[in-house]
Amino acid sequence: MDTYSLLREIADSWVLLAMFVFFLGTIIWAFRPGSRKVHDDTSQIPFRNEDRPGDAASDTKTKELQS
Amino acid sequence: MSYVSDPCFGAAKEGDSLMGNYFKLIALGLIMLFAALGANWGRDAAYVVHAIIIMLVSGFMFLRVLRATDEPAKAVATDGYMDDVVRAGVIATGFWGVIGFLVGVVIAFQLAFPALNFEVLQPYGNFGRLRPLHTSAVIFAFGGNALIMSSFYIVQRTCGARLWGGNLAWFVFWGYNLFIVLAATGYLLGATQSKEYAEPEWYVDIWLTIVWVSFLLVYLGTIFKRTEKHIYVANWFLLSFIITVAMLHLVNNISIPVSIWGSKSVQIFSGVQDAMTQWWYGHNAVGFFLTAGFLGMMYYFVPKQAGRPVFSYKLSIIHFWALIFLYIWAGPHHLHYTALPDWASTLGMVFSIILWMPSWGGMINGLMTLQGAWDKLRTDPIIRMMVISLAFYGMSTFEGPMMSIRAVNSLSHYTDWTIGHVHSGALGWNGMITFSALYFLTPKLWGRVQMYSMSAINWHFWLATIGIILYAASMWVTGIMEGLMWREVDANGFLVNSFADTVSAKFPMYVVRGLGGVLYLAGALIMAWNMFMTIRGGAKVAAPVGVPAE
Repeated sequence: MDTYSLLREIADSWVLLAMFVFFLGTIIWAFRPGSRKVHDDTSQIPFRNEDRPGDAASDTKTKELQS
Repeated sequence: MSYVSDPCFGAAKEGDSLMGNYFKLIALGLIMLFAALGANWGRDAAYVVHAIIIMLVSGFMFLRVLRATDEPAKAVATDGYMDDVVRAGVIATGFWGVIGFLVGVVIAFQLAFPALNFEVLQPYGNFGRLRPLHTSAVIFAFGGNALIMSSFYIVQRTCGARLWGGNLAWFVFWGYNLFIVLAATGYLLGATQSKEYAEPEWYVDIWLTIVWVSFLLVYLGTIFKRTEKHIYVANWFLLSFIITVAMLHLVNNISIPVSIWGSKSVQIFSGVQDAMTQWWYGHNAVGFFLTAGFLGMMYYFVPKQAGRPVFSYKLSIIHFWALIFLYIWAGPHHLHYTALPDWASTLGMVFSIILWMPSWGGMINGLMTLQGAWDKLRTDPIIRMMVISLAFYGMSTFEGPMMSIRAVNSLSHYTDWTIGHVHSGALGWNGMITFSALYFLTPKLWGRVQMYSMSAINWHFWLATIGIILYAASMWVTGIMEGLMWREVDANGFLVNSFADTVSAKFPMYVVRGLGGVLYLAGALIMAWNMFMTIRGGAKVAAPVGVPAE
């Protein structure tokens, strides 16, 4: 089998399957239990650290309280 | 990591060893020597002019480094954000925007009135050479500077970290703008590889690769040293834009120079492979440069201006993965009814239609961020600009999939409908979101309360909106008319119209399109004036209608 046909067969079988499974995985991951709290916190990021860099030592919890 | 932020890269770095400066001087000296040889031995005008530009730039840098060598380094605070480079980017974005729109207006009237291809300006002022100057100026100079400066701004704020790499960010800014100058002068002097949106020749491509890898390093380095646990969604979009554009650029520009002393190069691919590579590049330039990158801006600036977090963070995650998984396949829809196999163009068409879903998901996510703050639409002209930009994003991402359907494409392809579609996306979505980002950033970066004149933003909004409507509407009319005239046959199966018939029939719509461009340019000039006044003076609350006579 020439290289083109071989690569094409791999691409439209296993690679297609792998990419589709990865894509479904990201969606399932987004809806995993407990994600709401993480997402609520992450969506607040633009409203923190407006004027100066954050402190690497402090966790995001304390920064959330400050903002 | 304490570098001095300096408006020119390569100059005094705190704690920089003498060896470092000597190495730079040697490198810059060699570049200067090579450029001087190129200026003498260059085989074509573009190459010679570029060699002279490179010689002057490297000579200037040589003097700068030399003057800083053996001098005590200036102490500059490095614990805050690195905003100087963002300020420079804001000014460059406004400047290139005006230039790009101006060239666009000129070529629009050249199409309506061919006499404007003045004899004395030939061949440099020809439509054929000015057109890539216009597309590159608006996409890469205006859009590219907007993306670089806003990604530098956004990545610092959302990572809670100063830009990584010190003066490397300055190298990215100046290096990218040097790329633009080389590309633009090259087009005028006739150096082009004739690949749409990838016209610059081989050495300019190599230079852009160096700059782009530096851009990626600065961006990734800042993400790595973030103080936030999670990477905010805007950074995902911006990072995918940087990585994908690097990949597209490398693959689509594989070529062999004819001579090291000339600008001409020959593509490795030929025929349908070359066409497919080109449109894989071309459509993903739209998908990742003009869509993913600007969506990164949208996911930061819209929540900031509305003062509320994005409507659904989950939807933004799905939006991101769906968009990048689908866009990369859509390119073949540019090659319906060509030598490209049917299965490939069907694949491109199917993926283009599926793309409608994530695109509208993203539009809805952006618009619904205003839920509970819709009143701001009345009071805040910047929010209004963001909303119209999202509306145009939705409109053009509906129109695009529709035009990718083979049957529709048989009517629309090669007509002005395509031009209208591109402009409703570029002027409406990219232009408007960039204007609103500039109106957001200018007061913030120069420490003003707000823009000098809020009513001038209103003027800009209406001029730009009416300009786009004139543009898109006239291109729909002329595009569909043109498509129908091309396919019209008489009872015996002969074509009814000659090509010149369609050209003369299009004249009125071309004039309307040019006027739409004039309105859009006028809006951008008002913005430039407003930015200038904001930067120069203090804030002026409730300013009178300070609109210059156009």
